[in-house]
Amino acid sequence: MRPWQYDPLLKVGHLTMRFGGLTAVDNVTFQVARRDITALIGPNGAGKTTVFNCITGFYKPTEGTVELRQPGPHDFRLERMDDHDINSVARVARTFQNIRLFQGMTVLENLMVAQHSMLWPASGYTVGALLGIGGFVKAQNEAVEFACHWLERVGLLARADEAAGGLPYGDQRKLEIARAMCTRPLLLCLDEPAAGLNARESDGLNELLFSIRERDGISILLIEHDMSVVMRISDHIVVLDYGKKIADATPEEIRNDPSVIAAYLGVPDDELAEVEREVHL
Amino acid sequence: MSYFLQQLINGVALGSIYGLIAIGYTMVYGIIGMINFAHGDIFMVGSFIALILFLILLSLGVTMIPLALLIVLLVAMCLTAVWGWTVERIAYRPLRESFRLAPLITAIGMSIVLQNFIQVAQGARVKPLQPVVTGGYVLSEGGGFSVILSNIQILIVVTTLVLMVLFWLVITRTALGRAQRACEQDRLMASLSGVNVDRTISLTFVLGAMLAAVAGLLYLLYYGVIDFYIGFIAGIKAFTAAVFGGIGSLPGAMLGGLIIGLIETFWSAYFSIEYKDVAAFSMLAIVLIFFPTGLLGRPEVEKV
Repeated sequence: MRPWQYDPLLKVGHLTMRFGGLTAVDNVTFQVARRDITALIGPNGAGKTTVFNCITGFYKPTEGTVELRQPGPHDFRLERMDDHDINSVARVARTFQNIRLFQGMTVLENLMVAQHSMLWPASGYTVGALLGIGGFVKAQNEAVEFACHWLERVGLLARADEAAGGLPYGDQRKLEIARAMCTRPLLLCLDEPAAGLNARESDGLNELLFSIRERDGISILLIEHDMSVVMRISDHIVVLDYGKKIADATPEEIRNDPSVIAAYLGVPDDELAEVEREVHL
Repeated sequence: MSYFLQQLINGVALGSIYGLIAIGYTMVYGIIGMINFAHGDIFMVGSFIALILFLILLSLGVTMIPLALLIVLLVAMCLTAVWGWTVERIAYRPLRESFRLAPLITAIGMSIVLQNFIQVAQGARVKPLQPVVTGGYVLSEGGGFSVILSNIQILIVVTTLVLMVLFWLVITRTALGRAQRACEQDRLMASLSGVNVDRTISLTFVLGAMLAAVAGLLYLLYYGVIDFYIGFIAGIKAFTAAVFGGIGSLPGAMLGGLIIGLIETFWSAYFSIEYKDVAAFSMLAIVLIFFPTGLLGRPEVEKV
């Protein structure tokens, strides 16, 4: 057994997603361990984002299971849940490859929306919130405080009242992660968080992801193209190619795996032995 | 001058009612981008519910007018909200992911259903209600013409103002309002941030229907007669008001309502009462030529 298989947070089992005649994800099984950074990599069109969409409820998988095992007796079958429950009940949050902020709202308000599932019960069907009774003011203050904590960690506290759409690209990426964290997740899914960042911003991102893992104890599942980032930060890598899982190992093992190298170089199966021989040379 | 002042008062009162209905159109458009053509008929249902409640209360011997008004207001709001919620649930939600015209067609269908239901259930003849709120203040006399500010007009304007403030607070200060604005911008992302989008949209319809019920009650008190067809004309006017002010904008809906009410009143007073609707709709056409997004509307932002 590999270390991530003992007590995983997320278990994806025999996941298959078909769109008409196209099988985008084909019988993929993998685990995400608690407090690990797990990377999902693969060439373009390998089905990484489709896997993400199945986990976060955007797609309902054709076959297979997506199981989230919370501490305690609660297991959630994500493939059967509504997408807002996947976030608010099962506590899975995600970001997008193309940033999706609430552009017209302020930076702070973006983080307040993320805390809706906590603020809504406190608002007493809005009547309590209007009258200022039933703990809404207290909940609201706590939410602002939590949001400010995250703004500070991503370095955006000074811009809290600016429109989110007006931030520079790198800051929008950071804000999206902060917003996902404000939903208080157990599993954070990041779709290409380093895309479009310069080297310095990319280093800052790595620091942030490490601190999320160490300080908050949150598991991270990420899709990334930038191999230097992947190799540096991940504890565990799952490789997809043409919708199938071709490798599932530690970064060191992946680095030397001939089938992964072949997938990235686009070598057909019959030449694989040749590549293997060359790699081992 | 006093004639002008009187028309101004009448116009503001009428415009307030249009504004209340227009908010229902503009909120629904804001959040799901559809025109809820049944909204005018929800207003009509609201005024019928208010009428029935008044008749029940009067037959029970409730003679304290403020108490009766309060009971009718609250009960009518709740019952009409149920209608608004039901219409969304059965006619719009199943079609939400369908092509753009589908909900528009069911909306027109729902409008016809509601009209015909009331026509069959309540009869086609106009229903009168004895004046409930009477009296008023004479502001000025002279020249054979006295300017009267009636109590019902005061009631209309004050109720509208109070509801406006309340609504503004809901939208800007509460979790619900924030969720509504988030859904307006990106429904999927709101959902992934833990917002129950279906519930938020349902509540938008409920709030719109509540305001329509208030408008229905005020209309009933102001004019004293209603029939199953009032929802169509009032609905079209309120829709015009919402477009005029910039659809999607709450202050715009109120402003548009006031302007449409004033144009209609002044046109009837100074020109010809037959062409008052023509005047209101022509004004809409002219405004849309110069302000394509309405007076307070924001230009459509391209979604990335």
